[in-house]
Order: sequence, then C-alpha cells, then structure tokens
Amino acid sequence: MQRALIGGILISLLASYYGVFVVQRGLSFMGSGLAHAAFGGVALGLLVSIEPLWIAIPFTILVAIGITWVKERTDLSGDTAIGIFFSVSMALGIIFLFLHQNYSDDAFTYLFGSILAISWLDIFMAFLLLLVSATTIPLWRNWAYSSFDRELAISDRLPVKRDDYLLAVLIAVTIVVAIKLVGIVLIAAFLIIPAATARQLASTFRMMTLFALAIGIAGTVAGLLISFYLDIPSGAAIILIQAVLFFSAMLLNHNR
Amino acid sequence: MAIVLEITNLSVRFADFFALQEVGFTVESGEFVAIVGPNGAGKSTLLRVLLNLVPNYQGQVNLFGRPLAQVSPDWLGYVPQFKTMDRRFPAQAIELVTTGLSRIWPWKVDSGSQQKAYAALQQVGAEHLAKRAIATLSGGELQRVCLARSIVREPRLIMLDEPATGIDTVGESDMYNLLEAYQAKSGATLLMITHDWHAATHHADKVLLLNRRQISYGSPQDALNEQNLRTAFGHIGHEHRLKSRYDNNV
Repeated sequence: MQRALIGGILISLLASYYGVFVVQRGLSFMGSGLAHAAFGGVALGLLVSIEPLWIAIPFTILVAIGITWVKERTDLSGDTAIGIFFSVSMALGIIFLFLHQNYSDDAFTYLFGSILAISWLDIFMAFLLLLVSATTIPLWRNWAYSSFDRELAISDRLPVKRDDYLLAVLIAVTIVVAIKLVGIVLIAAFLIIPAATARQLASTFRMMTLFALAIGIAGTVAGLLISFYLDIPSGAAIILIQAVLFFSAMLLNHNR
Repeated sequence: MAIVLEITNLSVRFADFFALQEVGFTVESGEFVAIVGPNGAGKSTLLRVLLNLVPNYQGQVNLFGRPLAQVSPDWLGYVPQFKTMDRRFPAQAIELVTTGLSRIWPWKVDSGSQQKAYAALQQVGAEHLAKRAIATLSGGELQRVCLARSIVREPRLIMLDEPATGIDTVGESDMYNLLEAYQAKSGATLLMITHDWHAATHHADKVLLLNRRQISYGSPQDALNEQNLRTAFGHIGHEHRLKSRYDNNV
C-alpha cells in the first residue's frame, strides 16, 4: 500500500499537470490513443518476456511522435491521426497477446490497473519523469500560450513545433508510467478528469494547473484507500472518486 | 517617408492552387492600408506571410528593410479575428494583454507588466475589463482587449484581420476612432484586412484590392473604381449588387 501511495501521488502529479494541456487543446482522445498504443508495447514486452515498461515507453513515444507528425504533414484532424495509430497499436497488441501463453493475469493488470502491481521500478520511473518534468516547468508558459492560440505563439516566434513534440513525448511517457496504477482502459480519464474539474473552478490557466494537481492527488489517494479496503481494482476506484469531484465542481460552478 | 513594407512578386502556392500570385506593393511609414477582396482572395494568406505563418512562399518580402526572418516580433502588433480565439481558455483580459509584452503566457502578471497593460487598456477605454474572464467579454470588448494587446508593445506596424467582423455599428466606429487616435499619437503603420470596401474608402490612405492576383493598389478612389471592383468581385455573381454599392460609396 505504501508503494502504491507513493507511486500514485507521483503519477497523479504528472498526469494532472499534462492533463491541463490535453484538456485545453481538445486532445482528450490523445490520452486514449496513447494508452492503447502503450498496450501494443506492453503486449510485446510480455511476449518476449522483457519488463513491459522498457518496450512500452519507446513504443508509445514513437506513436506520439507519429501522431504529431501526421497531424502536421496532412490535412487530417488530430482525431483521425490518433484513431489510425490507436487501431494499429491495438491490433498489434492483440496479436502479441494471442501469441503469448497464459497471458490473462498480466493482461488484466495492465488493462484495469492494480495497486499490487506497482513496483519500486515503477516508482523510480515516475520519480525520474517528475524530475525531467520539473526541468520543463519554464515551458509551461510556452505550452500555455500555444494552447490558447497556436498561431499567435508562432507569430511571436515561439518554437511551437519543438514544444509540441516535447509535450507529446512527455504525455506518452506519463501514460506508460501510469498504466499499472490506473489501467489502459481508464488512463485517458485519469489524465482528463482532474484538469476538467479544475477548469470548472479556475478563472486563470495558472489556477487551473494548480487546482488540477491538488484534485489529481486527492482523487488518487482517496481512490487507492478505497481500492485497498474494498479490494477492488485501483484504476476504477480512482476514476470514480475523480468523477465525483468533477460532478461536484460542475454543480458548484453552476450554482455560483 | 521610410518604406515599412516592400513586397515583390509574392506568390503562395498550396499544392496546385495559387492562394496569391505575383503580388507586389510598398507601404510607407505612418500609412493606413486596407487589404480588400472577396472571400478566398488571399487577404488572410498575405497577412499570414507577414506573421511568419507561411514558411513556403515565392518572391521577396521585406519589413523595415529586412527579410522577414530578421524582423523582431516586438515591432509588429497583430489583432486577430476575435472569433478565431479560444474563449473557453481560462484567462483574464489583463493576462491576454501581457502576452503582447512578454510574447509568452504569464504564470503571474508582475507589477511592471501590469502597469503597462493597464495603460494600454486605458488607451482603448477598456481598463475596467482588466480582471474580467475573456469568456465573459462581448465581441466589441474582446476586440478592444486585443487592440490593447497589440499596442502594449508599442509596435511600428499593426496588422488587423477583419477587426470589425461581428461588432455592431457603434463598436465599429469606436474601433476606427481608437485606431486612428493611436496612429496619430504613435505614427504607427496600419495594415487592415477587410471585405468592407466602404470602411476602406473612409478610413484607409491606400487600398490593395486582391483576388488572388493584385487587382489594384493606390488611393481608395483609384483602387476601388468600378472596373476594379467588378474584376475583383464581379465574377462571383455579385454584379447586380456592385453598381448600387459603388454608387453609395462615391
């Protein structure tokens, strides 16, 4: 439980932080797409008996870069580009799992999340990613500006393309690191709900970011405790608590 | 007078389609130039070239005697169409104005920037909107905030994309008064896209009439004569309206 709590807090900080950009840029489907891309990587790791994280991270980063590249080079919408990579990665994952004997327990863990599955390696990876993310804090102002208006940011000579690729890669790694806690099926919600809840309460993007971090941690800690005491999958418990917070914020916002 | 903008043989091609073809004109310091043309005439493409948003173009574009890549964004003010802005973005008007100063989104508006932003808002009569969420501003109010955002950096050239679209008549008149007052005070050059040749006739010193190709460039009376207007707008089925609009204008 201790590992799950430490890992959960680290991962929720990361997911909530990047979630504000995902929500404000209307990229909610990207979270889902990258999670399913990660599924392809995890399944390949299980098939070749290598720690799935080592395969899933580069696999998902490649998909994130691919999505950003296709979006940039074609007239296709972001959703279409994500949809293509989503299905290809999922199809590969299904084939890899089919070829792997006795996959059901492992697959269940990755699909729905389990607090028992959180290892010290996962915590180390989350901590490492948090350190990397801390070095990109100055980029919050670039990402916020281009989230508000991409063309204004480009016309003001910000390196928007470089920033977009970096953001996509960091979101991809965050998703992979969060998979064991929340599960592939629910990871998109883990990314989106704290930010969407914060959006209901905040009047500035700075406040939205800070609220999202607080809501992400609160939902994760409460969800993990419920998961532990009721013996239910951690991902589902966290998402349900976050959903309660979201609807409460909605009501509060409506009544103001 | 010094030349601010010099464009020679500018063409922009998207696949096998020319959005702009062989456009060339010069703008002198302190002029108010309106870019007029029907929908799809390449007006926005021209502005996007100047804003560094179209990397692949042919021809020569010099701003302040330099190639675009060497032009400091601090010299340029830009007022986008407010309808294209994401008004769901959680932001206060003053934050939006300070992006004009820092060219980046503020984590927190410092006191120096706040002072300058308030001064810019005051110039456009919008200081009371500083702490309002942009989602709650009307079209005219947001347009003023965007204008404050562009003048806060004291630019030498202000580019405006259809600034009167979606604003009522009083708001439109206010906006032109503000622009002209700012221009008189600062000596800035103005470049404005509009589909409204009536507004161009009354407010601009010069008009560039476009329909992918340059139809005319000069004083509003010369550039917007009936023949030029027919060439620019006539082929798209507006002949029956052109005569009466033109007669009203002159």
